[in-house]
Amino acid sequence: MIPELGHIALILALCLALVQGVLPLVGAARSLQGWIALAPQAALGQAVLVAFAFGCLTYAYVTSDFSVLNVAENSHTLKPMLYKISGVWGNHEGSLLLWILILVIFGAAVAVFGRNLPATLKARVLSIQGLIGVGFLSFILFTSNPFARLLPAPLEGRGLNPLLQDPGLAFHPPFLYLGYVGFSVAFSFAVAALIEGRVDPAWARWVRPWTLAAWCFLTIGIALGSWWAYYELGWGGWWFWDPVENASFMPWLAGTALLHSAVVVEKRDTLKSWTVLLAILTFSLSLLGTFLVRSGVINSVHAFATDPTRGVFILIFLAVVVGGSLTLYAWRGPALQATGVFAPLSREGALVLNNLLLAVACAAVLLGTLYPLALDAINGAKVSVGPQYFNAVFIPLTAPLVAAIAIGPMLAWKRGDLTAALRRLLPAAIAVLVALGIGLYLQNGRSFMALLGLSLVGWLGIGALCELALRIKLFAAPLGDSLSRARGLPRAAWGMTVAHLGVALLVMGITVSETWQVEVQQVMKPGDVTTVGPVQYRFDGVMPIKGPNYTAQQGRFTVLSDGRPVREMMPAQRRYQQPPMETTEAAIHSSVAADLYAVVGEGDAERGWAVRLYWKPLVSWIWLGALIMALGGFLSLSDRRLRVGAPKRAAITAAAAE
Amino acid sequence: MRLSYLIPLALFLLIGIGLAVGLTLNPREIPSALIGKPVPEFSLPPVQGRTLGLATADLKTGEPQVVNVFASWCVPCRVEHPLLMALKRDNLAAIHGLNYKDDPADVAKWLDQLGDPFTRTGADRNGRVGIDWGVYGVPETFIVDGTGQIVCKHVGPLMEYDLQTKIRPILADLKAGRPSRVKC
Repeated sequence: MIPELGHIALILALCLALVQGVLPLVGAARSLQGWIALAPQAALGQAVLVAFAFGCLTYAYVTSDFSVLNVAENSHTLKPMLYKISGVWGNHEGSLLLWILILVIFGAAVAVFGRNLPATLKARVLSIQGLIGVGFLSFILFTSNPFARLLPAPLEGRGLNPLLQDPGLAFHPPFLYLGYVGFSVAFSFAVAALIEGRVDPAWARWVRPWTLAAWCFLTIGIALGSWWAYYELGWGGWWFWDPVENASFMPWLAGTALLHSAVVVEKRDTLKSWTVLLAILTFSLSLLGTFLVRSGVINSVHAFATDPTRGVFILIFLAVVVGGSLTLYAWRGPALQATGVFAPLSREGALVLNNLLLAVACAAVLLGTLYPLALDAINGAKVSVGPQYFNAVFIPLTAPLVAAIAIGPMLAWKRGDLTAALRRLLPAAIAVLVALGIGLYLQNGRSFMALLGLSLVGWLGIGALCELALRIKLFAAPLGDSLSRARGLPRAAWGMTVAHLGVALLVMGITVSETWQVEVQQVMKPGDVTTVGPVQYRFDGVMPIKGPNYTAQQGRFTVLSDGRPVREMMPAQRRYQQPPMETTEAAIHSSVAADLYAVVGEGDAERGWAVRLYWKPLVSWIWLGALIMALGGFLSLSDRRLRVGAPKRAAITAAAAE
Repeated sequence: MRLSYLIPLALFLLIGIGLAVGLTLNPREIPSALIGKPVPEFSLPPVQGRTLGLATADLKTGEPQVVNVFASWCVPCRVEHPLLMALKRDNLAAIHGLNYKDDPADVAKWLDQLGDPFTRTGADRNGRVGIDWGVYGVPETFIVDGTGQIVCKHVGPLMEYDLQTKIRPILADLKAGRPSRVKC
C-alpha cells in the first residue's frame, strides 16, 4: 500500500510540475497576477509530494519490503541500517528520486528565500525549475519506476554492491546531487534573464548564493568520492580521471568559473552574456554527467546498470534543455549589452583570465572524456584516454591559474596596477624562493613538478595571507586596530581568503604525496619486516574474521618507528555473500603529517602473502584543502550582503539606459 | 542574432549527435575477432630457467588448454596469480603462460617466488606474438580447445567468480566433448 501511495505522489508531483512549468511562464509574459502567484505554491506543493514519495521508498527499504522490485534487487535483511537507508540512492531508480527530491527542495527554497525577487523573475525562475522537474519526473515514471512491485515477493533481497557499503559513499551521492542540482537554479535564473532580456548587478547578486551553495556541496561531494576511492578501492590513488569522476569535475570547473564571473557582473556590470552562458553550461554539464553515468555510452567502474531506453530518454531531455537554452542564448544573448568599460589589467581582467583557464581546462576534460566515444562512433576503434593525457593537459592549464589566484585579489577594479600588486606580493616571492630551496634540498631537483608545486604553494599561500594582511593593515596599523578591521571585514572577503588557502593546501597535498610517497609491493611471511619510508611494517600474519554480511581474511601489521611498535594495522580482503563479491579493505592510518596505508592480497601460509605498503606524506591535505575550499564558500554564503536588501533594480537600469 | 552566439549551440549539436551514435554502441564489448578462430601461427622460446617453450603445435594436442598472458610488471597479474595456482591444482587443463614484454630475470624470479602454474611458457620479449593474439593489456586469459581453436577470451584479472562461472564450466564441457552453453 505504501509504495503505491509513493507512486501516486510522484504522479501528482508530475501534474503539479506541468502546472508550475507552464502557467507562471505565461502569466509573467501576459502580466496575469494570479498565474504569477501560482509559482511559489506549486513549488512548495511539489516539494511536499516528492518528499512523501521519497519517504515511502525509504520506508520500503527500512522494513525490507522485498515485494518492491527495487528493494529486492538492492537490499538485504542482514545489511546494517545505515546501508539500508543509503541503499535507497545506491541504485539508478532511487538515486533519480533523490535527484528529483533535491531539485524540488531547491525550488521550494527559491520560493521561500526569494522574497526580495521581483515577482515576474521569480515566477519565471520557478517555471523553468518546474520544466526541469517535468523532465525528470517523466523520466522516473516512464522508464525507471522505483515502486514497481515484484510478486511473489522473494524471501531475501539481492543485496547492495559491497563496494558501496561504506560511510564515505553513503553520503557522497547526496552531496554530489546537491551540487549538480543546485546549479539548476543558476540555470533557471539564466534562462529567465534571457527571456526577460535583462542581466544586471542585481541579477548577479540573486544568482550568486545559489551558485555558491551548489559549488560548496559539489566540492564536498567530489572530495568524499575521491576519499572513498582512496580507501575503498585499495589502489592507493585518489583520482583516476575515470569518466564518471570527470562527469562531476566538469560542472565543478564550470561552476567555479561561474562563481567568479558572477562577481564581475555584480561589481562591474559587464561580462553578462558570458556569465549567462556559463550558467547554462554548468548545468548542462551536470546533465551530461547524468547521461554518461546512466546511459551506458561510456565504460566506467561507477556506471549504473544501463538500459538503452533510459539513454534515449536522457538524450532527448538533454537536447531539449541544453539545445533549447542555447538556442535562446543565440537569439537573446546579443541583447545583453555590457555597460562597464574593461581594462585588461584590473580585477575583472584577472577574473576573465581565471574564467578563460577554467573554461579551457573544462573543455580539455570534456574532450578527453568524450574522445573514446567519438572515435568508437566514427570508426569503431576502442581506445581509452588515461591519466597521461589529463595530467599533460591539465597541469599546464591549472599552474598559471593557481599563480594568478594570488595576483587577482591584489588588483583594483577598473584599472589595476600590476607593478604595485607584485610589489605587495614580495613576501610571496620570497616564499617561492624558500619553497624552491626546500624542494631542491629534499629531492635534488629530480622532479620539475615537485618544484613547480611547491613554488605555487608558497606563492599562493603567502600571497593570500598578504592580501588579508593588507586589508586589515597588519603591521601598518596598531594590532588592536588590525583586529577590529579583521572583525569588520565582510564574510565574503574572509570566504575568498579561506577558499584560496584551501587551494594552496590541496596543491601542497598533491605535490608532496605524489613526489615523496613510498610504495613497497612484495610477498611477506609472518615475522617479516619491511622498511617503508621512515617506518617499518612487521607482518604478523593473516587470520579469518566474520562480519555481519561477509567473511574476511584479515592481515595484521605492526608499524615500527625506530624499532618500537607504534600501531597495529589490519587490512582485509572481504568476501561478501550477497551478492558474492570480494572487496579490498585497505588499513589506513591518517595523520596531518602522513598516511600509512596497507593492503593485503592473496596468499597462503606456505608462500606468504602479496602485500602493498605505503607511506604517503601530506596526502590527507588533499581532502582537507577541498573541505577548506568548501568552508570558504559557506563563509562567503553567510555574508550579510547576500541575505539582506537587494539593490534597487530600477535605479540601476535607468542609469544603464542612458 | 550574431553568429558567434551560435557557436555553443553548434558545438552542442555536434556532441549530441556523437552521443546519439554512442548510444547504439556497446563500450564494454571488446571485439574478440579471434574467438572461434584457430590460434595464430607462432613459436616462442621458454622463459629463463624453463625448458618447454610455446608454439602453435603445442595447442593442438586434442586436450583443452588455457593460455594466460602475464607479465611480472603487471599488478593485476599478481592478484590473479593464486587463482591460476588453484586452477592448476584442479587439473582440468594444462595452463600455458605467454610472458608479455618482460625482463627474463624478473619473470624467472616471479615464477620462483610466487609459484609456477604453467606447463609451458613462451617468452614474447618484444610483444610481437601478443599482437597476433590481439592482446589489449595484461592479464588476458584464453581457452583453446583440442583442435587449436580459441573458445573464450577473458580480459583483465581472473576472479574466483570468473573461475566458477566461466573457466571451469567451459573446460569441463570441452573435456566431456559437449558444446558449452556457458557464455564466454
